[in-house]
Amino acid sequence: MMIDRRLLQNFDWILLLILMMIAAISLLNLHSATYPLRESGGLQIFTKQAYWFLIGLVVLLIMTVFDYHLLERLAYPLYVLAVLLLVIVLMVGDARSGSQRWLNFGGMTLQPSELAKIAVVVVLAKFFNEHGEMNDYRLRDLWLPFVLVIIPCGLILIEPDLGTALILIIVSSSIFLFVGIQRNTLIILILVGFCAAPAGWFSLKEYQQKRITTFLQPDKDPLGAGYHLNQSKIAIGSGQLWGKGYLKGTQTRLNFLPEQHTDFAFSVLAEEWGFAGSLVLLLLYLLLTLWGINIAKISKDRFGAIIALGIIAFVFWQLIINVSMTTGLMPVVGIPLVMMSYGGSSTTATMAGMGLLMNISMRRFMFQ
Amino acid sequence: MRMSSSDPITIEILNKRLTMVTCLILAAFLVILLRLWFLQVVRGNMYRIQSERNRIHLQDIPPFRGLIFDRHGELLVDNRPSYNVFITPEEIQDHEQLLVTLERMLYLDRLVVKKKIEDQIKKYPFRPVLIKKNISREELAVVETNLFNLPGVMIRVNPQRFYLFEKLASHVIGHMGEINESELAKGRYPANKRGDSIGKYGVEGKWQEVLNGLRGEEQIEVDAAGRRLKIIDRRTPLPGKNIILTIDRKLQILAEECLKDKKGAIVAMDPNTGEVLALASSPAFDPNLFIGGIENEELPKILLDADHPLQNRAIAGIYPPGSIFKIVIALAGLQEGLLDPKEEVICSGVYTLGTHPFNCWNKGGHGRVALQRALIESCDVYFYRLGRRLGVDLIAQYANRCGFGMKTGFELGSEREGLIPTSQWRLKAKGAPWQPGDTINMAIGQGFVLITPIQAASFISAVFNGGVLYQPKIIRQITDDQNVPYQFQATPRSLLQVKPEYLDLIKQGLIGVVNEPQGTGGRARINTVTVAGKTGTAQVIALEKEKTLERGKKIPPHFQDHAWFIAVAPAQKPSLALAILIENGGHGGTIAAPLAKMMFEAYLLDKKPVVKLENTGQPDTSGD
Repeated sequence: MMIDRRLLQNFDWILLLILMMIAAISLLNLHSATYPLRESGGLQIFTKQAYWFLIGLVVLLIMTVFDYHLLERLAYPLYVLAVLLLVIVLMVGDARSGSQRWLNFGGMTLQPSELAKIAVVVVLAKFFNEHGEMNDYRLRDLWLPFVLVIIPCGLILIEPDLGTALILIIVSSSIFLFVGIQRNTLIILILVGFCAAPAGWFSLKEYQQKRITTFLQPDKDPLGAGYHLNQSKIAIGSGQLWGKGYLKGTQTRLNFLPEQHTDFAFSVLAEEWGFAGSLVLLLLYLLLTLWGINIAKISKDRFGAIIALGIIAFVFWQLIINVSMTTGLMPVVGIPLVMMSYGGSSTTATMAGMGLLMNISMRRFMFQ
Repeated sequence: MRMSSSDPITIEILNKRLTMVTCLILAAFLVILLRLWFLQVVRGNMYRIQSERNRIHLQDIPPFRGLIFDRHGELLVDNRPSYNVFITPEEIQDHEQLLVTLERMLYLDRLVVKKKIEDQIKKYPFRPVLIKKNISREELAVVETNLFNLPGVMIRVNPQRFYLFEKLASHVIGHMGEINESELAKGRYPANKRGDSIGKYGVEGKWQEVLNGLRGEEQIEVDAAGRRLKIIDRRTPLPGKNIILTIDRKLQILAEECLKDKKGAIVAMDPNTGEVLALASSPAFDPNLFIGGIENEELPKILLDADHPLQNRAIAGIYPPGSIFKIVIALAGLQEGLLDPKEEVICSGVYTLGTHPFNCWNKGGHGRVALQRALIESCDVYFYRLGRRLGVDLIAQYANRCGFGMKTGFELGSEREGLIPTSQWRLKAKGAPWQPGDTINMAIGQGFVLITPIQAASFISAVFNGGVLYQPKIIRQITDDQNVPYQFQATPRSLLQVKPEYLDLIKQGLIGVVNEPQGTGGRARINTVTVAGKTGTAQVIALEKEKTLERGKKIPPHFQDHAWFIAVAPAQKPSLALAILIENGGHGGTIAAPLAKMMFEAYLLDKKPVVKLENTGQPDTSGD
């Protein structure tokens, strides 16, 4: 695979720049979030994340080297690999905090669900690219994509990882909607969804159910299940317009905010930088999202467009859900904020996705 | 340029879709921004206050409770630090492991502790829960040095009341307990709040406000685990005032020793001031057992004990006085001019009223007796006659003058008045008129008459101090750091209003009770000090006893007479007055008098008491 000069010309510097800026903010924020833990290994988290960003950058670049159409051929094998890994993790995975999500490879941990996210997007893109017309998908056409989504979804749910499963469903639905389903089919699907909801409720674990009820009545139990949500709102709200200042967030410093380097990383930022700071970050994410949409727009084929959309959907939905969660618009579902929350697999996978985006963007003028 | 699978229509649809998506994205961002605006700008202030409230913890600083001393400054009640172990469930990774580690250091009931942690997790996982109270010094040392290895564990210190001598003077000192709802609701203790321990009984209870002090407060910056990070502000607590009792510890110990294994009361008083030098009631209780609160297993035992250890028999126990009441009769007779001290009466052992015979305890009779002998040998017949002469209402009048039938006004409170019957009373209370026979019984302190030991002590003091009934006091001094807000002062409450020469006659008789060969109180005699007093043997139930009494057989304990002895020493210038009452003890002279001797010897002669108590087991000869 030769690196064509034109590719370099079309290298998407702006995308890279946006990513760098978000990464920089993320690292700064992470440092503050782990500051109270600095004596018990907090610094490690910060350095590890920086390390992950660097690796992510490398992965991103690697993802730009080949033509993304290669993935068309590798879609199904990649998918099968992802599902296999999901099964393996259920059997021999690292059990941490009550769920089995990670595989250990001699010190390196890998979260198969992250790989599954990309694999599903790619395989869906391939399917919709090859079968049928836009806006014309009926129920019987969709059985295979359904299955393709349900399998990894179910496996992820068993781990249990409610958040990731939810995201996967939402992103897949976004893709379905994007490629256009017939209205009747859509109505049927929605009805099925409503009917499945009660079944879904009962299959939820108690703590997960509690999260939803707490969301609906957060003041009922401020020191128990409603605690996270309450403390998050206090953190965010008390940032007011200009924030309390870097490293000066009392909710963060005094450990009132749980999970401040993962699920509630945004709350840390909101407390320390206020509305102004939150606005800046959100604008950056908005820019990233719109840039991705643009890439989908200008990409030269449906395959690329759908992949681009899928990747951006992941970023967008995770962002919306996470911030909704921390501000109390949604129940706490354990979805971290891309790039802001600490997590090696998540960061690497995101960067890989970004690399794909870059890839699609770079090759928009190329003929096959 | 698109591939063939993307013809213009598809492109158009794609673009339209993407535009729609863009709008949706913008809308979503807007919603988020609006929400942030709401939280941070509109409600920002409220959240700012909440975050401040989070980080600032108001910590009460309990005040140092006042200590209690005896009159010589010996410490009786102290405050000790109680080290309590807490666990914050949220901070523990592995509960089982932690419990195992802790069990090596503390004595724990693992299941109970486990349940406490689990309960707390369901409710307030971020708040510490108490798992062990009042750990020993050894346990403290081990846990403290290993705290770094025990995340989520912390030790808090709280002051705890400590009664150095357990049951000693427990009825005087009292005990503590947690403030209850009705006390809180009524605002009785404004300086105390829910969860505080307050005095509930005795001096602890009555002088609660004095002893309590004022709590202080600290504003501390805390983290979510409640760890104190720095103190922002502090208001120092005001310690409670110390109380010095009138009680003499050594005398109190002796009094309680005398009552060991018995039921009854002993009151020791300074006859010239009314200070209570010892107040013992048996059975007693250990106030330390009230500190654990409801978790304490000993508490129900005390509360349900059929012998009522919490009752202060010295001030709330009412008993028939028996022969000690004869002093009142004598005083009444003399003062009213109805009695000539030289007048002789013949006691044949029986006095007949109409057809009813009233026996003298000495069945053979005392022969010719005048006042002195009548007192010394406690002749019933003499006093039957005198009583008849006086009549119930006159006797009642003098009894009241002597302080009976009413409270002495003892500082501690919770007294009972006892009962001095009048003719009116009988009509009202019993619905029947007063009978002459009742007067006869009254004359020897039987029938309806009921008194308390402290009334008796106050009375005998008055007889020998010139006729002044003082208010019995228990507080000698209240002190704080710099000054003495309260100092004891003798408070006379009434006078006997009996001519001194009459008092002298009585005094002479009472000296004879102990020191004359035939005196009923001979067992109280001391060679080097003149003891004066009166014995009393109060019948419990006359009829029943007669029925069940068999020659030579021992009377069941609850039918045994109460044994009384009241005395002062030295008679010429008394410095100690005693009232001793042994429930169902039998003969006053046999059982109670020797105890008085022991106490006088120890107090006046500094003699080491030999606590050997007589129990002769004589068959009862009632009526003394």
